[in-house]
Formats: sequence, C-alpha cells, structure tokens
Amino acid sequence: MSWLRRNLVMIVALLVLVYLFVPIAYTIAFSFNNAGRSNLVWQGFTTKNWTNPCGAPEVCSALVNSLKIGFLATVVATALGTMVAFALARHRFRGRSATNLLIFLPMATPEVVLGAALLSLFLNVGLEPGFWTIVIAHVMFCVSFVVVTVKARLAGLDPRIEQAAMDLYADEWQTFRRVTLPLAAPGILAAALLSFALSFDDFIITNFNSGNVTTFPKFVYVSAARGIPAQANVIGTAMFVVALLVVLIGQLLSRRRAV
Amino acid sequence: MAGRDLRLDGLTKTFGSFTAVDGISLDVASGSFFALLGPSGCGKTTTLRMVAGLERPTRGRIRLGDEDITDARPYRRPVNTVFQSYALFPHLDVFENVAFGLRRRRAADVRAKVSQALELVELGHLARRKPAQLSGGQQQRVALARAVVNRPDVLLLDEPLGALDLKLRRQMQLELKRIQTEVGITFVHVTHDQEEAMTMADTIAVMNAGRIEQLGSPIDLYESPATAYVANFLGQSNLLPAAVAHRSAGSVLVDVDGSRIAVPADRCRSAGRDVLVGVRPEKVQLERGAGAPAGMNALSGGLVTDASFTGTSTQYVVRLPSGRQLTAFAQNTGRATVLPVGCSVTVCWDEAHTFGLDGAEDAAAGIETPDGPAAAARAGLPVGHVAGTGPGGAPDEPEAAPGTEAEATAAGGDGRA
Amino acid sequence: MSVTAVAAGTRAAAGPEGAPEEVRRGRRSTPYLLLLPGMAWLVLFFAVPVFALASLSLQTRVPGAEIGVYTQTFRWANYSDALAEYAPQFLRSLLYAGLATLLCLLIGYPLAYAIALKAGRWRNLMLIAVIAPFFTSFILRTIAWRQVLADSGPVTSTLHTLHILPPGESLTASGTAVVAGLTYNFLPFMVLPLYASLERLDPRLVEAAGDLYATAPVGFRRVTFPLSMPGVVAGTLLTFIPAAGDYVNAALLGNPSTQMIGNVVDSRFFRVVDYPTAAALSFVLMAAILLLVTAYIRRAGTEELV
Repeated sequence: MSWLRRNLVMIVALLVLVYLFVPIAYTIAFSFNNAGRSNLVWQGFTTKNWTNPCGAPEVCSALVNSLKIGFLATVVATALGTMVAFALARHRFRGRSATNLLIFLPMATPEVVLGAALLSLFLNVGLEPGFWTIVIAHVMFCVSFVVVTVKARLAGLDPRIEQAAMDLYADEWQTFRRVTLPLAAPGILAAALLSFALSFDDFIITNFNSGNVTTFPKFVYVSAARGIPAQANVIGTAMFVVALLVVLIGQLLSRRRAV
Repeated sequence: MAGRDLRLDGLTKTFGSFTAVDGISLDVASGSFFALLGPSGCGKTTTLRMVAGLERPTRGRIRLGDEDITDARPYRRPVNTVFQSYALFPHLDVFENVAFGLRRRRAADVRAKVSQALELVELGHLARRKPAQLSGGQQQRVALARAVVNRPDVLLLDEPLGALDLKLRRQMQLELKRIQTEVGITFVHVTHDQEEAMTMADTIAVMNAGRIEQLGSPIDLYESPATAYVANFLGQSNLLPAAVAHRSAGSVLVDVDGSRIAVPADRCRSAGRDVLVGVRPEKVQLERGAGAPAGMNALSGGLVTDASFTGTSTQYVVRLPSGRQLTAFAQNTGRATVLPVGCSVTVCWDEAHTFGLDGAEDAAAGIETPDGPAAAARAGLPVGHVAGTGPGGAPDEPEAAPGTEAEATAAGGDGRA
Repeated sequence: MSVTAVAAGTRAAAGPEGAPEEVRRGRRSTPYLLLLPGMAWLVLFFAVPVFALASLSLQTRVPGAEIGVYTQTFRWANYSDALAEYAPQFLRSLLYAGLATLLCLLIGYPLAYAIALKAGRWRNLMLIAVIAPFFTSFILRTIAWRQVLADSGPVTSTLHTLHILPPGESLTASGTAVVAGLTYNFLPFMVLPLYASLERLDPRLVEAAGDLYATAPVGFRRVTFPLSMPGVVAGTLLTFIPAAGDYVNAALLGNPSTQMIGNVVDSRFFRVVDYPTAAALSFVLMAAILLLVTAYIRRAGTEELV
C-alpha cells in the first residue's frame, strides 16, 4: 500500500501518457484496416494501404503540397527568424520593446484572427488565395517561434567565447563562421524542425488562405464528412514514425556531442 | 626573441557617468611578471580588457614598444588573454582549441606547436577530449596553452585561478610562474588575492577605484606602503594617528597618545603636522610588564585581550590605554611562552620598521570585510584586521562584448564593491 | 573605415598630451539590417492585416452591389450587433476554453511533476512521449477521438454497461466531447511550461520545508506549487488562448448547439459572406482574450513573455 502512495504520481503520469497515445494507437491501427471508402469500422487486417499510399484520390497531391509548403516556409522563416534572433541577442538597438511585442503578438493571437486578418488583406489587395498565400501565412506565424527558439539558444552561449575567438586572431566574420554559428546550430536546427512541424500540421490559418489548394490537414478535415480514406492514416502514421526517429536520433547525437 | 615593453598612457574608461579606469599610466618591462592587484570593481579587469582590445578606451594610449595599438581590433594585436571562465570553445576538442589562434594566423607547423604547448601544461594525453570532459584545473591549463602557443608579446590573465580550490590554486601559481620563466613572455596578471600577487609577480600595481595606489616590487610595497589602502590591502598593518613633535635629518619624532615614537625620515610620507604611524604586526614584540629594549619604539600600558594560536604563530590583540587596538604576530619558534589574556605588556618594535603615512589618510581604507571598511570600524575590529582575502569569484565590473555599445546602466549601479 | 585611417584621424585630432577623442566603431547598422527582413514580413503580414481586419469590421455592404463588396462606413454598430447575436457562442468559447484549461492543469501537473522530479534517466524519453503524439496530424487525432468515443465503440458501450452514461445518450456530438478534445489537443502546451518551471525547482527547498515540520501535501501546497507558478501562468496562457479561438474540435466533435466563436467566424467568411461581422467578432475575441490575460497576469504575476 505504501508502494502505491510513493509511486502514485508516477502512476498517474503514466496513465496520462497512455491517454495521450490512444488516438495515435487508433490511427496506426486503422491504417491497416481493410476498409472501403469509409474507414470507420474494422474490417480486417491488410497492408494494402501501405503498399498503395496514393490509392485514394487527392491524398498524395495534398501531402505533396504540405511538404512543399512546409519546406519553403521553413527555409524562409528560419532564415528571417535567425537573423532577428541574432539582432536581439547580440546587438543593441532602438525599438527593442516594439520588436519584442511584434514578435510575441502572433504567438498570442488566436489562429482564427490571424487567418481572417490575412484573408482580408489578400482580398483587399486582390490577391487570389492559393499556394503562395499559404506559404506567406506559414512564414508569418513561424517566424516568431524561430526567433524565440534561436534566441534562447544564443542566450545560453557564453559571450566570452566570441571574445576569446577575437582575442585569438579571428575577425568578425571568422568568429561568426567558426564559433558562433556552430554553437548556435542546434538551436537553429530545432527552430527549423519546429517550423516544419507547425507548418505541416496547420489547419485553421491554412483553411482561411488556401482557396482551392489542398494541404494534408485540409484534406483530412474535408473528407471527415464523407469518410477519411485509410491512406490518410498511413500518411499520419508515417509522419509520426519519421518525426519520432528524427527526435530520437537528435537525442543520441546530442548526447554523443556533449556540447 | 625579446618581446616589446607594454606602456599605458593615461588610460581612462568611463561608462556614462561612472569612471571605471581613471588615467592609468604604467610600463610593463618585456619578459616580466606584472600583477594588477585590487578588490572587485577597482578597474583592473577593465584595464586588462582595454589592453586586449575587448573594450575601447575613452582616453589614453596603449603602446607595444613603438607601436600604438589603442585602436587596433583584438585580432590584430599580438596580445592573448586567458579568461576567468576559460572561454574554451565547447564544440572543438582540446587540440583544436589550442590550435585556433595558429590556424587563424595561418602559422606553419601547427601540430608541432600545439603538441609543445600541451606538453608545457602537461595535458598532451588529453588532446582529443572535449572541454566538457575536463576538470576545472585541466580547462584552465588548456586556456593557458591556447594563449601561450601564439607567443604573444603580452599574455593577459584575468583572475585565471579564481574558480579553483585552494590547494589547486597554490599549485597553479607555481606552475604559472614556472611557465612564464620558461617561455619568457610578459605576463600581466589580474587578481584580487594579494598573496597570489606577491608570490608570483615581479612588479605589482595596487589599484583602487580606477587609480593606481602604488606600483613596485612586492617587497617595496609590503615594507614601505605609500598609502593606508596599500598598507591594509597587502597583509595587515597597525596604523596609529600621531602628531609630529620634532623633525630632524634622520628621523621624525611623533607623539602617539603621549608616547614618543621615531619614524625614519625617509619612510615618512607626511610633510605636515599629522602622521599616520604604521608598523606590521609581525614586526611587533610584546614585552611583559613595563620594560622595553633600547633603541626600539615602545608603547606601554598595553593589555592582551586576545591570543589565538594558529600553529605557525600566535596572533595577539593588545588594547592600549587610549582604547586603540594593535595586532602582533609572534612566530612559533618554541623559545617564548604564549602570553595569556589579561597580561600587561609593552608593545615595542625596531624603529627602522616604522613607516609614516599622510595624516589625512583613512586608517580603515583597504580593509576588506563583507560590509566594507566602515563596518569593520564599527565592529571594533583592530585596524588592519583581515585584509586581502576578499570573496572569490567574478569581478562585478561592467563588461560588454565587442560589437556592442558599453552598458552604461550595468556599470552605474553595481560597478563598485 | 580602416583601422589605420581611424587611428591616423584620431592621432591628428589629439590634444597636446596625446590624448585623442573617442574611437569611432563602425557597422552600427548591422542590427537594423538583420532585423529588416523578418520584421518587415511581420509588419506586412501581421500588423497590416490586423489593421485591415479592423477596417473591415467597420464596413457595411454596398446596397445593390454583388456579394462581397463593402464600403467603409465606420459603423461601430457592427460590434454591438455581432455581440448581441453571437453572445452565446462567445460565452461558450470562453467556458469551453476555461474548462479545458483547468482540466489540462489537473491532468498535466502530475505528468509534469513526475517528469521533472521523479523520472530520473527516463526524463527525456517521457518528454518525447509527451510531444510525440503531436507528430501526427491534429485533425487525424481529433477524428480518432470521435471514432474512439463513437456509439459503437468500446468506450461508450462500457460506460453504458456501467450505467455512468444513460442508455441512448452518446458521447460524441456533445459539449463534453468538445471540451475533451480541447483538453487532449492542448495538453502538451500545459505540460511543457510546467515541466520547465518544475525542473528549475531546487529540491533542497522541499527538504527544508520537511525539516521545518511540513508534511508532503503541505510542502507541495506551500513550497512546490507557488514556486511553479511561472510555469502555471505560462501553461495556462498557452492553453487558453488558442483553445478559445479553436473551432476544429467543435466542428468535429460537437453539434450545432456547441458552436464556438471560431465556427461563427469561419462560417461568416466562407458560407454566409458577411466579412464585417466576422471581422468584428475576431476583434472582440482578441479583446476578450487580451483582457482576461492582462487580468490574469496581474493577479498571478509573470516576468517575461518572450
């Protein structure tokens, strides 16, 4: 009985973790479902969904769109955000609090408002919502997260290290290239991964600004009414596995590097 | 190859309204071991950083031989720094850390030079480790090797031993001295530890509030302090206010609470009527009763109020009739017995060991206690009690990374201890 | 701006003792150049659109023109109309978000506590386990819950058998399901800041409390929990704000009577073309959130936001 009392918190925690994984388990399980158009009732185990992931119409085009948008948005947001983070962490300038506010606000604004605001801008300007408006929107909300992530990493770096590099004959550019950048790299990488994850999984803002273009989350949402094909589960599971592998490998590498 | 002398001319650094360094001028002879000694906030680290190029002087010049390097960027100066926090590159192993400066300058024979430097600090076997895998002492030695390998004209050390424990620190002090002698580079060592400075340096500059109080060899500074600050900061001193009674060619006779004391004329820095008479506790003898040997300065009527046996010596606190307290150290030679508390004694010392400071000096200047000199006086601590071993750790002088403006706010508030 | 030129210039300007003026440091424009692209993007695609939305919220339809054409009339009544008509959805949004946040706190705190203070070397693995579910699509997860909680599913049948749920009533398409969905989807946003805050806690403080006669529950209430407040505040904000504006959970797990304000905005934009109302509602939502957040922060206290 005292064993229960001592470990109660951990038991509850593990139960919560189980709770977190219920829908995942369901999604993975039903990716193997031998279903027809509607993947609602279990009809038998099959791997045919996995061997034919693009079998359902639009699934793969939606996925490809999400990947393309994710990649573009990540590259742009990471570049812009990293530069801002460096300015904030390493330089003095006027308008610092205004900058901090402008970076914080998009993270604090509900997605509905962000999506609606952007759409009204595009409508005012006469820009048709489509692929590029999605990219623009994704970059917009990812930049703030990149800034926060990279800035946190930079803040943890001892500024003396860059001074030491200069003391040892490295000029500003060499110091940046050989010392600052390698040390900031894990933060930049984390920011890029976060950006991609946010972009890939975004629905609300995308929905407002996509016009006819379909992304993976949008596809799933729209097909929820008629019946989500099992291929969507396949892709969801695949994304899960890939992301999990990336994180685990990252963990192993960082432990090895001991930086 | 003989290096060049380092010369500082009127070097000044202000952060807003706060003056961290106030017109420092000094010469450091090539190949010598020079120490900048002072408490936290006295400007010693800021001075060092200006020499390194990590801080821009507000006024003044820095010269290496004939070359004016005041405006040169840090990477264009033949000056290297050993940082207090070591500042090793965490993503490079020990070898690459040490090789960093050589590679930037495209030096030849990198491998041979790095190996030699690592052998000098006895870390050759750890060349491929990362800094995170080393102990504090080992990191400190890598930082030293990384600087020395470049054979700079001047090597700057910013309290490099501050983070080490006592025993390791003692060991490293000897190591640093050995390396400096072996390599022949000019070392400029910044520290708040007066014992460290006196052990290692050929020349010491005692700094206080941005200015140099006194500059000289350890013996000169110790035996002939120029100000009360130096007298109290280096070791301990007994300082007694006195009035000049008679001046002659050889000595100055003064009155200390009714007793006549002789100060050698060449050791008296006061020209006026008031003098602060000083004598080091280890020079003071305590004689039982009222007797005093001839030729010695003597103050009678003393009462022993404390006798602490420390092993190598016994430290006495003696209260004089006027209420003033004196400290005396009696070396444990085994010949004399320990005087008990309450014993009546005459305090005496050789006239030649007396020094006289300007009467306007604050007798409590330079005493380091957690709450400062005023608290020391209030607490009734004997004048000259426990100086020098201030709290270890980072100096709270303002520092700004190159490429940024100086943080005026950071300096203004807590720049001084 | 070569070094020698500057040095020469200052030497020339030196006074009689050789003391020069301040050395000029170049490249003062660096931070502004670094900031420009990113901040320009945010100004252009965040600040400007928000103003555009504000402007849109005050417009009215041009009579007789086709759908979607508006003119600026500074009609502040748009706001009162919107509020009057959609007050229930508003309040429901705040209610659901509040409930979800509270549940997240109750469920998430033990988890964060366990990871920070009890997990030892399993810590990283548990953290990954908290984040991992969010590698699958948010929509897929929510729909999965719909299936799991479906009438034909095991959960509902069990609850029917145990008479916790009256027979005939379903779990899905209800307010309960929406709140459950919100709780599930925003749990990591609560757990991670809580974990960060608890991880920084010095365990010796709890020991000190024990040394001073505090039992474990008292030690938690008087030492651990207050010291974890920054995490609680951050987690609450990070959960409540997006939850209040969410509409996916309500759309997938609810029914027409559980509509949240996000659903209204969405429908006003895409189904019934009524941009001014949608814009007005968005702003009211933002204002409500800002008010609540400010009041909350002032009571609970917090330091930096970014």
